[in-house]
Amino acid sequence: MKLRSLLPGAVLVLVVLIAALLSFLWTPFDVTDLDIRNKLKTPDGAHLLGTDHFGRDILSMLMVGARTSIAVALVAVGIGMGVGVPLGLAAASRRGSWLDEFIMRGNDLVFAFPSLLIAIMITAVFGPGAVNAIIAIGIFNIPVFARLTRGAALSLWTREFIMAARVAGKNSVRISVEHILPNIMNLLLVQGTIQFSLGILAEAALSYVGLGAQPPIPSWGRMLADSQTLITLAPHLAIFPGLAIVLTVLGLNLLGDGLRDWLDPRLRRER
Amino acid sequence: MLDYLFRRIGSLLATLLVASLIVFVVIEVVPGDPASYMLGMNAEADTLAALRSELGLDRAKPQRYLEWVSGMLRGDFGRSYTYRTPVADMVSDRLWISLPLTLYALTLSTLIAFPAGILAASRRGGVVDTVVMAFTQLGIAIPNFWFAMLLVLLFAIKLGWFSAGGFAGWDAGAFAAMKSLTLPAVALALPQAAILARVMRSSLLDVLGEDYLRTARAKGLSRRQALLNHALRNALIPVLTIIGLQFSFMLAGAIIIENVFFLPGLGRLIFQSIAQRDLIVVESVVMLLVFAVVVVTFFVDLTYAWVDPRLRHGR
Amino acid sequence: MKRLIRFPFFLLLALAGAQALAARTEVTLGMQLEPPNLDPTGGAAAAIDEVVYANVFEGLTRFGPDGSVGPALAREYFIENEGTRYIFTLQPNVKFHDGTDMNADDVVFSINRAMAEDSTNAQKQLFANIDSVEAVDPLTVVFNLTQADGNLLFNLAWGDAVIVASESIDNATTNPVGTGPFVFNKWVQGDSITLKKNPDYWGEPAKLVKATFKFISEPTAAYAALMASDLDAFPTFPAPENLAQFDADPRFSVVVGSTEGETILAFNNAKPPLDDVRVRQALSLAINREEIIDGAMYGYGTPIGSHFAPHHPAYLDLTAQASFDPDKARALLKEAGHESGLTISLKLPPPAYARRGGEIIAAQLRDVGVTAEIENLEWAQWLEQVFKGKDFDLTIVSHTEPMDIGIYAKPEYYFQYNNADFQALMQAFNSEADEAVRTGMLQQAQQMIADDYVNGYLFQLAKTGVANNKLKGLWANSPTQANDLTAVYWDE
Repeated sequence: MKLRSLLPGAVLVLVVLIAALLSFLWTPFDVTDLDIRNKLKTPDGAHLLGTDHFGRDILSMLMVGARTSIAVALVAVGIGMGVGVPLGLAAASRRGSWLDEFIMRGNDLVFAFPSLLIAIMITAVFGPGAVNAIIAIGIFNIPVFARLTRGAALSLWTREFIMAARVAGKNSVRISVEHILPNIMNLLLVQGTIQFSLGILAEAALSYVGLGAQPPIPSWGRMLADSQTLITLAPHLAIFPGLAIVLTVLGLNLLGDGLRDWLDPRLRRER
Repeated sequence: MLDYLFRRIGSLLATLLVASLIVFVVIEVVPGDPASYMLGMNAEADTLAALRSELGLDRAKPQRYLEWVSGMLRGDFGRSYTYRTPVADMVSDRLWISLPLTLYALTLSTLIAFPAGILAASRRGGVVDTVVMAFTQLGIAIPNFWFAMLLVLLFAIKLGWFSAGGFAGWDAGAFAAMKSLTLPAVALALPQAAILARVMRSSLLDVLGEDYLRTARAKGLSRRQALLNHALRNALIPVLTIIGLQFSFMLAGAIIIENVFFLPGLGRLIFQSIAQRDLIVVESVVMLLVFAVVVVTFFVDLTYAWVDPRLRHGR
Repeated sequence: MKRLIRFPFFLLLALAGAQALAARTEVTLGMQLEPPNLDPTGGAAAAIDEVVYANVFEGLTRFGPDGSVGPALAREYFIENEGTRYIFTLQPNVKFHDGTDMNADDVVFSINRAMAEDSTNAQKQLFANIDSVEAVDPLTVVFNLTQADGNLLFNLAWGDAVIVASESIDNATTNPVGTGPFVFNKWVQGDSITLKKNPDYWGEPAKLVKATFKFISEPTAAYAALMASDLDAFPTFPAPENLAQFDADPRFSVVVGSTEGETILAFNNAKPPLDDVRVRQALSLAINREEIIDGAMYGYGTPIGSHFAPHHPAYLDLTAQASFDPDKARALLKEAGHESGLTISLKLPPPAYARRGGEIIAAQLRDVGVTAEIENLEWAQWLEQVFKGKDFDLTIVSHTEPMDIGIYAKPEYYFQYNNADFQALMQAFNSEADEAVRTGMLQQAQQMIADDYVNGYLFQLAKTGVANNKLKGLWANSPTQANDLTAVYWDE
């Protein structure tokens, strides 16, 4: 068994997770403390990654920012799964019914809106903020999970063990929960990892255009936005948050690929 | 097939209709008044009322919705509140930047992805494959706006080869115009190229695993001949699908890139109009993008149905 | 009694400048915001005036580079009836860019249009004291006022009071036709606006043949465009952090001037807890202005202690009244019963001074036990929630209108300061004509609002311009939002 993407992926994700969790207990500097006299310092012994335009420690901000990214992406994926999976199961259990049609047309509708547009529209109505970013990303996750679940469930419904359960008198809700769901768990886990990484990217993009978490809560995307006018003076301000995003997303993608290979050998492609 | 076609057209129209309703309702409840934005802090109440009636903002919402939709059907998108010019003109001006940018980026991404994907597939498991795959993993993980910032830092500020933003205008000649679109196109194309290369590779590998190719190879075709002569053609369908989807994705996804490079395209128009509460422009541009996505998806579905008749019946 | 007043002539001389030989005659200027339209009488956007004021459109009077009011289309004026009747004599032989004559009828049309019931003029209050306007003959116009108004000449100098023609005004949003030294040429929306020299200008002709305004909102792109010489100047460069780099470059000169922008931390005077003067004083004392100017504006900006521009002759330096004193701030908060802390909202509009300044102020307030919850708003939301809805505790905004201390006399104005003494003072000021008395009144007004700690007074916004060394004649200061190109030339 080759685990060449699982291991590095898991390590990267773990590093980010530990940094985020550690930030609850300890960061090198307090991220709410401004120290304007020491602004725009390049990396040195005291500030390992330098300071930003308010003299805040970049490493500390990246650690706390990881929390924001993870929280937003995780809850958004949670919304997507929590709503999308039941919808997908319901649609599959009544294939061809008005419910199925309604759910799938609804999905088409959401897919018709470019994801960023949904986010911009939502934040224009409700104002920018982490919660609205979560909703915006979450909405776009719903059809992803609904489609995936429906597709996978449909093929399961034709299988013999489901027939057997039907003959035993179980209704479709019970079959969906007791037989279908456990069998698509692996698939959901893999997709969940991938959506999680897309969520991190989406959160960064939203924060970058000013629609994500609001100050003083640090977020990677906003750190990049703040760095933009300073890029000629202090390029390190733009480089470190970007690297944090890339490494996190890379880690999650590798983890997702690795999980797929590991959990479901049938899905594994010849490599 | 005809039956399928009619059903798909029906659902396409229904999607557009519902989308227009959602867009209108959502955007109309956005807090903020275009008239007070235009008149600023010293405006008096009667001045605001006068402007609101001049803009037609004092009419009932259902009436405005109907006028908007029926106008769009006739190709009339109304007049911008802030610019006081027809929205259609503004949009077509902006399309002359967004569309070339998207096509440019799509061309670049295809030019990168095809050779990379084919190379990786033909050397499956080898060093080249590993390197290509590693690069695509990285490409997918890089946020395009950050990549754009790095490009600006290197090519515009350090080297001075390109301008950091703005659009030279087609008046300045095709070369100057394309030059100012180059960095944005590269920033937009690279992550897409990474995705496309992966699709190309796996689709080729799928086809190579199929029976007729095994037969062809058994007949003595070399792996490379098999790949180029037979597999490529068949592997192209999923790849073209992805390209189609990427087109609409990039048209909308250019929103952020246009902001980084300050290109006066559709994306900037949306941001600007939202800030100015130029609601009619926001509504129309959003509808246009939705239309693009829906139509492209429609054609992608049609292609699939044409290739694979099983899909025509029940989905 | 009749008083004849001739405008000082030095202004025209100053504008004339020196003529250069065989120099470049085209200029490209950068601006951060694109105007939404080009009719200065129909919108508040500063960007409109920044393109057309004094270049395309002219009023009866005009602002000079030092903020003084001088003659424009009016050659001279007489005041009658205790200051309630103004008679203006117009410049002869003035033509609009479309070739039609500018005469008294156009003045009557323009002023009546701005005052009208259904007018969409953003500064209608400028005309509040005008009762009627009449054309006596083609070159004479009479303004009848409802009461004496010492501000009339000043008010008529605004971009919102320019003279337009009835034939062309309906298309002014996209094709402005004025009387100025430049003619509108071309607008590439989203990119640039081009003006060309008016060969038939009635006054001293422009030295430039062509001027292009290019709109670049992204500071990094603006920086790169200047460095690549795509732009000759950026009269109001948006990112103060980059100015040191331009200063170090021998090709550029950085000109730091003053603006009319008093940047304030506005308090909601009508809403608890900020209706308590002790709380307002505490917050004012908790603020470290130097740190804000340094951190948000990279050192550009002059501290202020009241709502008044430091470069104005009547300015009173009141910064010491609210100098940084966190201990006293804590004591005052304790006295007001907020010992255990206070949580209030801080709503921020988009400009960098507000967004950056807001983060710094939130940190400073946290230090004295006040939690300011930041909410970033777009302008439209800010106008709706803060300005119109008065739903805020704190906000940061720069009041860029010249001489606008009068807003403190309006109890319904968004910070809701209601002081009858102040209102009476302003009433008296508006009908006072004697300069010395007026100055005294203005100083009294500054003192009054500083004593009441109506708002937290932060700094006067600086005008930070970057220009090619050889480009001369741009305004260093910004008495009104304008890029007057009349006297701009290349010195090579």
